[in-house]
Amino acid sequence: MAEVRYEAASRIYPGTEIPAVDRLDLDIADGELLVLVGPSGSGKSTALRMLAGLEFVDKGSVYIDGKDVTLSPPQHRDIAMVFQNYALYPSMTVAANMGFALKQQGVPKEERAARVREAARILDLEPYLDRKPKNLSGGQRQRVAMGRAIVREPRVFLMDEPLSNLDAKLRVQTRTELADLQARLGVTTVYVTHDQVEAMTMGHRVAVLKDGILQQVASPRELYSRPVNRFVAGFIGSPAMNLVEVDRSAAGTLALGSVEVPTEPAVTADVRQRSAGRFTVGVRPEHLQLVDSGIAGEVSVVEELGSESFLHVDVDHQGTTTQLVVRDEGETRIARGDRVRVGFRGPTHVFDADGDRLGG
Amino acid sequence: MSADTGPVVGQNRRVNFLLGLLSWALALLFFFPVFWMVLNGFKEEIDANADPQLFFDPTIGQFDEVTSETQGLLGFREAFTNSAWAVAVSTILVLILAVPAAYALSIRPVAKWRDVLFFFISTKFLPIVAAILPLWIIARDLDLLNTRLVLIILYTAMNLPLAVWMLRSFFSEVPRELIEAAQIDGAGLRGQITSVILPIVAPGLAATALLCVIFAWNEFFLAVQLNPVEGSTVPIWVTSNVSTRGNFLAKLSAASTLATLPVVLAGWVAQKRMIRGLAMGAIK
Repeated sequence: MAEVRYEAASRIYPGTEIPAVDRLDLDIADGELLVLVGPSGSGKSTALRMLAGLEFVDKGSVYIDGKDVTLSPPQHRDIAMVFQNYALYPSMTVAANMGFALKQQGVPKEERAARVREAARILDLEPYLDRKPKNLSGGQRQRVAMGRAIVREPRVFLMDEPLSNLDAKLRVQTRTELADLQARLGVTTVYVTHDQVEAMTMGHRVAVLKDGILQQVASPRELYSRPVNRFVAGFIGSPAMNLVEVDRSAAGTLALGSVEVPTEPAVTADVRQRSAGRFTVGVRPEHLQLVDSGIAGEVSVVEELGSESFLHVDVDHQGTTTQLVVRDEGETRIARGDRVRVGFRGPTHVFDADGDRLGG
Repeated sequence: MSADTGPVVGQNRRVNFLLGLLSWALALLFFFPVFWMVLNGFKEEIDANADPQLFFDPTIGQFDEVTSETQGLLGFREAFTNSAWAVAVSTILVLILAVPAAYALSIRPVAKWRDVLFFFISTKFLPIVAAILPLWIIARDLDLLNTRLVLIILYTAMNLPLAVWMLRSFFSEVPRELIEAAQIDGAGLRGQITSVILPIVAPGLAATALLCVIFAWNEFFLAVQLNPVEGSTVPIWVTSNVSTRGNFLAKLSAASTLATLPVVLAGWVAQKRMIRGLAMGAIK
């Protein structure tokens, strides 16, 4: 039972001016799996390490379970952490690795053994309890690192890119297992990743960071459908959203190539009112389609994924060639060099010159 | 198939062969004096001092003679005991003091740690000859002349900078995440050092201890100046076999061979610990 709160928490590394994490405000509910996502250097790992007590909090505070832990050492925070490289103790067996924290807490030997066995059972590690980490595969080491965390029954799990050293297939499988495990244990979890697919599939809510500044924290669905700014729009979603610079026409509308961009009424009105006439229009590949009359272009690349295809279409837009990625369902009949027309079939997003979303 | 996955061929092979030959030649060149010393220890004085010859009647007579005790003279047993005390206690003290120092200079570096590291090693710049007079006076005033304790203190001081430097570099290679994991698991400073760091740096500890043992065991200058009467060590005993009358090469060789045995043994033990990669499997 623990919620986590960051209050204007900043970390400024010695010898630097720009904060690695800049006045982070974040509330994480009890039992929630919150994902911190962002490109490298965005401060996501630093934010996690501030919660762990491994990184000094220069300004602001961090709370666990309503208690200010800003100045508490990691030992006193009752948290467990899974590291990207697992950080297993090489001289200890799997069982000793998993029981180390309990031993530090002074848990009696029999209880320790029982809890280690239980965690090993959950993670299918029972046959390996007497092995040393060097005699385990990458996937097994990852599970031992997980086991070391869950055996403690901590107030908060911290996970720093725990899947990034696994191969692609194992990563997807472990992702599901991990989300399931977290749901079963119901322990508040903060999960760091640079992989937006991981963030979207695992997080109850996702916090997007860039340059140490929190951009948006929302459910995966909301991040996808209503990104608050251009950065989030481009970062979330695969393949990425099409983002095109558009100058407002004399009539006060926005057009992509020769076709007017459909927008929500509030956005349409806002576009008219703004003094600056330059905007960024965003539209996801799945919200474009091939139509009979639309933006004319030529297909330069076809990516066939089986259930869907992505067409890269070069279109003429405001005098320059711009590439749009269009999703086509099923097997496509289109080939490179074909002339096609592209039309809208779903919501669009408009961002102003500062990158902020119009229409809320 | 590229050349680097298959067997070495052509010119590479010739270069490798020549390099191998060269390293063997150098190794033998370094080993030869030791070999010759051991050989001489098993000869009669007359053979040892004659023109080198390949075949001779081996004898352990010289070993018997050098280890036999003579009343009033420094005996093998006494010298060996003194050396063992000075070496063992000083080496243990060095490790006990160097481990926290290395921690404070690598894992949680103190302010200006580079300067601190330099100060440590700077004591080694001073020629020991320049320090011997004050050392002797201090030892005399503290009533430490001709005691084991004076050598223990000096050997500890002599080896400590080296041990701190060596251990610092081994500690620096401990993956940072391991220490962080131990912290999060609730281990205090002592737990982190004993349960996590020391098992990983065990090969480094073995290497450091070995060097301390070798340097302390072979130390002659301080021992001969401060402990000429009591508490004399093995190197002094070795030189006691140099006589001004008659031949002594075989006897000296036998004594030297005995003096090197503990070091060889320590090296053998330490090597077994050193070659094991203990950090394997920690990360990734």
